[in-house]
Amino acid sequence: MIEIKELHKSYKMGANSLHVLKGLNFSIKEGELVAIMGSSGSGKSTLLNILGMLDEADSGEYTLDGVPIKNLNETKAAKYRNKFLGFVFQSFNLINYKSALENVALPLYYQKVPRKQREEKALKYLEQVGLKEWAEHLPNELSGGQKQRVAIARAMAAEPKVLLADEPTGALDSKTSYEVMDLIQKINDQGNTILVVTHEEDIAHMCKRIVHLKDGVIVEDKKVEQVRASQYV
Amino acid sequence: MFSRDNWKEIFETIQKNKLRTFLSGFTVALGILIFVVLFGFGNGLINTFDDFFSDDATNVFMVFTGRTTMPYKGYKANRNIEFDNSDIADIEKNFPLFLEYISPRIVRQDTVAYKNESNNYSIYAVAPSHQFSEMTIMMKGRYLDVLDIKNKTKNAVIGRLVEQDLFGGRNAVGKYIDIGGSSFKVIGVFQDDGGDREERNIFIPYTTRQLIERNTDKIDAIVIGFKPQIGYAGAMAFEKSLDKFIREKKYINPQDQNGIFIRNVADQLRQNQQFARVLQIIVAFVAFGTIIAGIIGISNIMVFVVKERTKELGIRKALGATPRAVIGTILLESVFITTVSGFVGMLIGIVILGSIDEKLEDFFITNPYIDIPMAIFATIVLIIFGAIAGYVPARRAARIKPIVALRDE
Ligand SMILES: Nc1ncnc2c1ncn2[C@@H]1O[C@H](COP(=O)(O)OP(=O)(O)O)[C@@H](O)[C@H]1O
Ligand SMILES: [Mg+2]
Repeated sequence: MIEIKELHKSYKMGANSLHVLKGLNFSIKEGELVAIMGSSGSGKSTLLNILGMLDEADSGEYTLDGVPIKNLNETKAAKYRNKFLGFVFQSFNLINYKSALENVALPLYYQKVPRKQREEKALKYLEQVGLKEWAEHLPNELSGGQKQRVAIARAMAAEPKVLLADEPTGALDSKTSYEVMDLIQKINDQGNTILVVTHEEDIAHMCKRIVHLKDGVIVEDKKVEQVRASQYV
Repeated sequence: MFSRDNWKEIFETIQKNKLRTFLSGFTVALGILIFVVLFGFGNGLINTFDDFFSDDATNVFMVFTGRTTMPYKGYKANRNIEFDNSDIADIEKNFPLFLEYISPRIVRQDTVAYKNESNNYSIYAVAPSHQFSEMTIMMKGRYLDVLDIKNKTKNAVIGRLVEQDLFGGRNAVGKYIDIGGSSFKVIGVFQDDGGDREERNIFIPYTTRQLIERNTDKIDAIVIGFKPQIGYAGAMAFEKSLDKFIREKKYINPQDQNGIFIRNVADQLRQNQQFARVLQIIVAFVAFGTIIAGIIGISNIMVFVVKERTKELGIRKALGATPRAVIGTILLESVFITTVSGFVGMLIGIVILGSIDEKLEDFFITNPYIDIPMAIFATIVLIIFGAIAGYVPARRAARIKPIVALRDE
């Protein structure tokens, strides 16, 4: 599903250049649930943003679902993002003047799904994350956990090939974190490919594989016994 | 880009961002409103100028005499020139092609009395055709006629306000008034669009005035109406040959600025209209300045709007919004708001102009108005430039990498 080879990325800051990703290689198969672990500043978000086509690598190869991702213009990138990818951010990134339902329906708007179908589908996904009753509420009327569940519903609504989550539990307390992880595990159980960036051990162990980043290189890449989040909920 | 769905998305955004909508809408509406009002005022100025002069006929020359300042053909300078009845006859004889009517005019200030009421008025001693040049409108009774001139009758035609002053609103026709010691019969009452001053005049036969003044045949001034068909050029030619004719007859140096004066109402009107046009151009200039200010205002608001929405646009991009969709979102919204508020501002402006009517006449603005196509044109200009102004920041926003936009707080 995802394949990267010799991926490099550095940030230029004036005369200095910060080499953040130093030749990463890995591949992720369909249906995997992968944690990208590492301490703060190790380049996890940078990697995820490149995988999400929100940013570009300086060099290296990236193939998504058999499609080489290279020299994309913004329009193409937007279309690929819309078709292939769902995003979940640490800070939720909901549009604050849109209701939960409208937020979830937004990616479908860019897929040109007719309004009625959009709303039906969005409602279906809200139901899956247990927020059907909150459909008409604005983000600021929701708790952090609820916001993140809306964000997950939004990411899933477009039925992406890969779900990319950058510290999805970073802003949540541990109980809420486990609820969110429980949801992510269930989505994975349905066969969806998911990448979760985290710096928390317990969250990482709720995935099936951990890729450990340190100073821009992969220091460890191992399969783990998945800890089910449902037991803590 | 213009599907129903897009519009719905835009309406929702507009509804949920009321302050933003209000700010840009208000700027545009105000810009157009001020434009319409200013432009209307420009037209109001023109109206005022037209009114000043259109109460009198415009195909008229007034010829006055004065003192010469140059010697000519054996005559010394500082000679007093006077018209008399023969001059009227000579002009009539020499310019039949140009002339429509001619009337002498002798003006005197006299005390006029009826019973206990008395007042000072201008007494115009004229011929019947004077009615055309002044555009005197008879309210009741009749104007002077040829028999009045021939028989040197003591008949008078008085202004509406003279009747009001002396008769307190009662009918003056048939009554006798005292003008400078002679008794005159009121044969008619007139009104005049020229205003109060002209409605306090009194007309009597010029022959009667000459009789009273020791049977003289002198005339103060000559009023000449020329045929309107001769046009502006014809009038100028007539003025020139009339000037030459009188100078020859009265032995006035052709270079002498004094001696005689011809006031060409048509020419004056033209000059005044030109002056009014210049004023109007200045006002229009200011009005277009407002439009430009409106464009600058809307540009600033668009920059602000795009800045404020950077993060939202980043989210939209992450969810699959193409640059085109981003530009469309911003632009359609701004064009929609400018269009609606532009036309609202335009309508309010037109309503304001309509309600002003004659209320600002003291400020030389009469019946201000704006041609609807002009108002619509200005509104559309603002909409188009508003769209262009919105396009620049919208395109920049569309180019920002989503990752940069998402980082925006
Ligand atoms: N836009 C940027 N410009 C410059 N430096 C950046 C930028 N984004 C991230 N960095 C730097 O790159 C390194 C990796 O950042 P990041 O990928 O966000 O790490 P992580 O998500 O693992 O905490 C950090 O040192 C960070 O300061
Ligand atoms: Mg990070």
